[in-house]
Amino acid sequence: MASDTKHLEITLDTQVDSVNLAEEMCLRVAEAAGFGEDDCYRIGMSVREGVINAFHYGNQERPDKKIYLAVDLTADKMIIHVLDEGAGFILADVPDPLAEENLLSTSGRGIFLMRAFMDEFDVISGRNGGAEIVMSKKLPTPGSTSPNGQGGRNAKPRQEA
Amino acid sequence: MSLHATHRDAGQVTVVDLSGRITLGDGSALLRKTIRGLLDDQRKMILLNLADVDYIDSSGIGELVSGFTAVKNQSGDLKLLHLTKKVRDLLQITKLYTVFDVFTDEGTALRSFR
Repeated sequence: MASDTKHLEITLDTQVDSVNLAEEMCLRVAEAAGFGEDDCYRIGMSVREGVINAFHYGNQERPDKKIYLAVDLTADKMIIHVLDEGAGFILADVPDPLAEENLLSTSGRGIFLMRAFMDEFDVISGRNGGAEIVMSKKLPTPGSTSPNGQGGRNAKPRQEA
Repeated sequence: MSLHATHRDAGQVTVVDLSGRITLGDGSALLRKTIRGLLDDQRKMILLNLADVDYIDSSGIGELVSGFTAVKNQSGDLKLLHLTKKVRDLLQITKLYTVFDVFTDEGTALRSFR
């Protein structure tokens, strides 16, 4: 890790309140890093969805399991890691929520939203075998923020591979 | 900010005024309880006023879809009114904007149920 990288990590219980806590923590980091209102919203939503994914799908809502959240603030981007203690999953196996047959599904949009709202997104196998979501957003440069939703860098979602 | 819901009758239509966040946990649960309660009372024409809902996560989206399906399954209709920009954008990128009937005027929305 580069010496100018700021690192923050927290271990969360597998409970609903952890979702809000993670969102609030990352929002504070994002605001302090200079992200505008729209990017903060996208980062906050992505963190929520990452922790919801760990809470529900990864840890199966089991209170004996933990969720590990880490934030790295480098010279050019904010990187967020969300690690669960589940069985892991393969990103390519996640159904496309935009497919006609999935439009009325009551779940399965979290991954899509994270991909849409962040600059980089991936799921890797975590150190304990669970899934580790790794996503990042480039830090704003002067004059590049979009405080009121005028088309941030990721206004449109990326297509599934 | 947690979710608050009140409802009022406008003829055959029940308008549900929501404010706050529809997110995993209490927000989604309250929306589910409200819609199921209306269906139990045979109120099957439902207009959700989202003017004061500034945040919905994937759990909230799922609950909107679940409510929509439950109402449709009972030959009713569930429509949306006064979306905030964030909520509208979210429904657009998830392609649900084309699934729900969405209105910007309450009178027009109420007339559309006839």
